[in-house]
Order: sequence, then C-alpha cells, then structure tokens
Amino acid sequence: MAFLSHLISGVSLGSIYAIIALGYTMVYGIAKMLNFAHGDVIMVGAYSCFFMVSRYELPAVVGVVVAMVVCTILGVTIERLAYRPLRQAPALAVLITAIGVSYFLQNSALLLWTSNPKVFPSIVGNGSLKLFDGQLSISYTALLTVVTCIIIMMALTWFTSKTRMGKAMRAVSEDKGAAQLMGINVNATISMVFAIGSALAAIAGILLCSAYPTLSPTTGSMPGIKAFTAAVFGGIGSIPGAMIGGILLGVIEIFGKAYISTQLSDAIVFLVLIVVLLVRPTGLLGKSVQEKV
Amino acid sequence: MSVVVPKLQQLARKNLRTFLPYAVVIVAFVVVSVLANGGNISATLRGQLVPICAYVVLAVSLNLTVGVLGELSLGHAGFMSVGAFSGVTACIALSDTIPSQGLRLVVGMIIAAICAGIAGFLIGIPVLRLRGDYLAIVTLAFGEIIKNVINCLTIGKDSNGLHFGFLTTVQDLGMEADARVIINGPIGISNIPRLSTFTAGFILILVTLFIVINLVNSKSGRAIMALRDNRIAAESVGIPVTRYKLMAFVTSATLAGAAGALYAMNFSTIVATKFNFNTSILILVYVVLGGLGNITGSIIAATVLTVLPEMLREFNDYRMLIYAIVLILVMLATNNASVKALPAQAKAWFSRVVTGSSGSPGGDASIEADPRPDATVVDHDNQDADEQDDVSEVILDV
Repeated sequence: MAFLSHLISGVSLGSIYAIIALGYTMVYGIAKMLNFAHGDVIMVGAYSCFFMVSRYELPAVVGVVVAMVVCTILGVTIERLAYRPLRQAPALAVLITAIGVSYFLQNSALLLWTSNPKVFPSIVGNGSLKLFDGQLSISYTALLTVVTCIIIMMALTWFTSKTRMGKAMRAVSEDKGAAQLMGINVNATISMVFAIGSALAAIAGILLCSAYPTLSPTTGSMPGIKAFTAAVFGGIGSIPGAMIGGILLGVIEIFGKAYISTQLSDAIVFLVLIVVLLVRPTGLLGKSVQEKV
Repeated sequence: MSVVVPKLQQLARKNLRTFLPYAVVIVAFVVVSVLANGGNISATLRGQLVPICAYVVLAVSLNLTVGVLGELSLGHAGFMSVGAFSGVTACIALSDTIPSQGLRLVVGMIIAAICAGIAGFLIGIPVLRLRGDYLAIVTLAFGEIIKNVINCLTIGKDSNGLHFGFLTTVQDLGMEADARVIINGPIGISNIPRLSTFTAGFILILVTLFIVINLVNSKSGRAIMALRDNRIAAESVGIPVTRYKLMAFVTSATLAGAAGALYAMNFSTIVATKFNFNTSILILVYVVLGGLGNITGSIIAATVLTVLPEMLREFNDYRMLIYAIVLILVMLATNNASVKALPAQAKAWFSRVVTGSSGSPGGDASIEADPRPDATVVDHDNQDADEQDDVSEVILDV
C-alpha cells in the first residue's frame, strides 16, 4: 500500500513537472531557445491566483482564469520585448537574456510581494479520497493534477495535429524559412507558442502550490530546473517526450525520497538523467539528427 | 622596409592581445593597492576584493570551456564547490603541520585545484560525449549532484587523523574528545581560517592568465579552437576530439577549484548550497557579457558586475532589479542588428552633415562629394548595416 501511495504522489508531482516541461519543450522546439524565465512565470501565475482567491475571496475558477490570462499576457510580452529582437542572435545571447528576464521577474516579485512566504490554499480543499478501507488515501489535489495533465496532453495532441495553428507550429519548428515561404506568419506562431506555454505555466503554478502550499518569489526556480531536466529527459522539442519525462522524473524523485534518502533525492534524479542521456544522447523520444559534412 | 613594417605591426597587435589581460590586471592591482593604502576605499569594496579575484579566475576559466572550447557549461559552481570544500578541509587539517599562513593557503589551493581537476576529469569523460544543449543540461545536473553530495558529507579531525562520514551525523564519526568538526553536512564549514588576501588573489589571477593564455596560443589551443569551429573537419585531419576537449575541460575545472578555495577562505562559514545553479549562471553571465573567448572582457565583466550591485546599494531594494534590466538591455544592445547599426548610421549621417552634402539624394553621392578614403569606408559600413537590417526585417516581419 505504501508503494502504491508513493507511486500516486510520484505521478501527481510528475504531472506538474510534465505541464511545466511542455512549456519548455514547445518553446525550444519552435524558437530553439532555453527559456529560463519559464519557472518564474509559474510563480507569477501562482501569485495571481493566490491574490484572487485569498485576498479578494473570489471563487477558485476565477483565480485560475485570471492567472492564465496574466501569464499569457506576460509570456507574450516577454517574447515581444526581450526575445524577438534577438531572433538572429547567437543562442548564448538569448540564454543570458532569458536569465536576465528571470532575475527581473524574481526581483519584481520580491519588491511587490516581499520575501515572506504565503500559505497557498488548495483550490480543491484539503480532502482526500479513501480507498481500501482508508488504507490508501489520495488527496483531491493529486487527483485534480493527474486529470488536468491528461486533459492538457490530449488537448495539445489534438491542437498540434488537427488545427491550422497547430500545423503552422509544427511547420515553423521544422523549418522556419520554408514555413515562411508557404505563407505562415512566423512571428504570430511563435507568440502563440509562448501564450500556450505561459497559460500552462499558470496552471502548473496553481497545482504546484496546491500540493506544496508555500509561495515565495523563488518558488518557481527549482521546479523550473527540474521540468527543464524532464524536457531534456524525454527529448527536448517532443511533446509526448515532455509528458513521459515529467512523470518519470516525479516518480523517481518520490521513490528516491521514500526508499533511498531524502537529502539525496535531487542527486538521484539528476544521476538517472545522466545515465539516460549517456545511453540515448538525445533523450527518450528525441530525434537523433544525422550530421552532414 | 615595406615588408618589415606590416610584420612588425602584426607582431605588435598579437603581443597586445596576449599581454593586454596581464596589463589590465597589474594596473588594477597597483591602483587598488595604492588607494587601499591611502584609505580611499570603502569598507564594503575592501570586503569585495578577494571575491572579485575569485570571480575573475572563475570567469577566465569558464571562458576556456564556453568561449575557446565552445561547449556551454552550466555547472561551473560545482567545481568551485569541490575546490572550496577540499581546500578549506586541507587548510584546517594541516594547521599544525604548516604554521606559515601563506604557505598553507598555497598548499590548500593546490589541493583544491587537484581535487577539482579530478572531479572535472571524471565528469568530463561522460559529459563530453554529448552535444549542445544536452551537454549543458548534464553539466547542470553534475553541479546539482556535487551540491547534494557535499551537503551529506561529514568530516572531522582528531588525534587519530581525519574521519569521513556520508549521510551520518558528526556523533557517528566516533571521534576523540579533542575533535574538530570540519564539514558538518548541511551546516557546512564554520570557523574557517581567513587566509585569503588580495595579493594572493592577484597572484592566482596571474597564474590563471599565464595558464589559459599559453594554452590558447599553443598547438593544443589551436586544436581546441579547431574543434569548436568545425568538429568534423578537425576530426578528419586527425585531431583527437576527446583528448583536447578533456584538456580544456579539466584545466577549466582545476582553475575553478583553486578559485573556490580562495573564495571560501575569505569567509568564516560556507555551505554547499551557496554553490548552486545561480552561481554557475552568474559566472556564465560574466563570460558572455565580456565576450566569448575574450579574456580581457571576462576580467572586466567579472569586476564590474561584482562591484555593480555594491555601487547600486543606495537604490537598496531596487538594485537587483536594476541589475536585471541592465543585463537585458546590454544583451539587446550588443546583439540586435538594428541597434548595432546605429553608431555606423550616426557616423555616416554626421559625415554627410559635416561635408555639407546632406542635401544629396543618396549615399553614393556623398562618396563622390567627399574624396577622403575613410568617408568611403564609413559609408560602406553604413550600407552593410542597412543591408543587414533589411535582411533581418525580411526574415522577422512576415
């Protein structure tokens, strides 16, 4: 029973990583950049929801919607102001700019909301589902997280394979120049990806803080790094890869904490990542690109 | 004569590139020492001198990996951490054996460098098989692993020698009553002897510059740069990829270890979590802002960016915000084609106004109006920039 309970909390944590990793992987796939500010967008989303629900006592649904809107606007604005002028610049320059944006968001949050951690109320209450005569209890937050993750995955798969915009997205990530010649608006498509990724980040932030209820300006950074790892784990640029990578990472982390050592759980996660990358140098589902001379 | 003069000029230029970093560091050291002796340096800046030296060494060493070898490393703080903890442990363990503080610091830094070098070698073998962003994430992962492992380490010293423990408490080490706890897990090392001095930092910078500049200008350095510019071409002319990649990576790690020891012995306590991902990023920012492969740039960027937050102290809460904005603006200003073209455009416009041909319709007319050769050059620059601008506009705006 303990094993099952760990597995469920692992999948639940992994689902949060997966949702964040989707934002990383989609942005990487289309803009070929590591968006280090993504973790801080999560934090902004969580704060937006917190203020709506706790301060203004609005229903949780309103909080979620407001957080998604705030993050979408934030994501698109960041892309427009900081990343778009650097579209032709070397990758490292864009990386450093993303780090600058990350510092900016963290320090703005520090000024606006102080470093005192806020206690985030779970948006579905603290109840749990009891199974097997109460031997196994699954919190509603964990259930909500897993269900949300599955819905997002299905919606994204449908979106990228069936809709016009989704096809444009895949075309741009395949070959920007050719997509443009086919009449695809590359800038609008990239903005769209940032909008989707940031809206997902808002959801992830709310779920993360519902499960681990302390909220501070640096809340997003460690889950951000872990989710980035998850995206690489699954093969960066691949949407199903991000999903699998995220869930595996969550399960490994929780099992490592439960069965090996709490202090070493992060080290175990990263060690597994390294081993996987050594066996499959482009991640679990990543495409290996043949080099041409 | 006509052959000799360009040769001499070339030589002078090459020497300038080689000796400029030394000159910058020596002049800075002399100026700061004179100012410090005259009491013209504030207490906060005085406290920053050793960290500045450490960050300069870290930036120059990371530049070897990122700028010269061309591989993005996000775990440089991990090597700094290995150096800091091994160096301080060595210095405390040897406190009775070597009474001289200066000598103890040197021995500590050498041990730190060796430990970090070994760590770099062990990590480099798997890491350097990967490419690009995958390599970057694995260096990040190793940085985090090093942080986690040191966090679980306990080391103590008593009359029987050193005691090591992993995932245990200090009590489990079973030491005598006179024991001195050196590393105490997540609490780190406390009561560190403050052996680091500005002069020691200055000497370490000179040693670092000597190693890095000589490596870059040697046959090995050219092989490393050939790997960066075109790995396949370099491989096909018989350059052993792994050996040269490892050479650059291990040298970089070794120097980072020595810098870590210098850094740690400036404070009374250190903890493993100090050397986290953010510290790695901080060093990377110095390298990128200073210019990839540009040693003098790394030195200046590391110094300015360490002093900058202190200078901004009067803005208090806003200083890190300003730091972030400055960082973004500098990256935008140095990498955006239309922003970069501005000086050339301004120059061209200025030359047109000065020569009084501002009424002429196009750029070609101004070349004809002005017989001076450099006016042509300026205008050529301008055309170039305009062209670049047009291209980027075509690509960006659909």
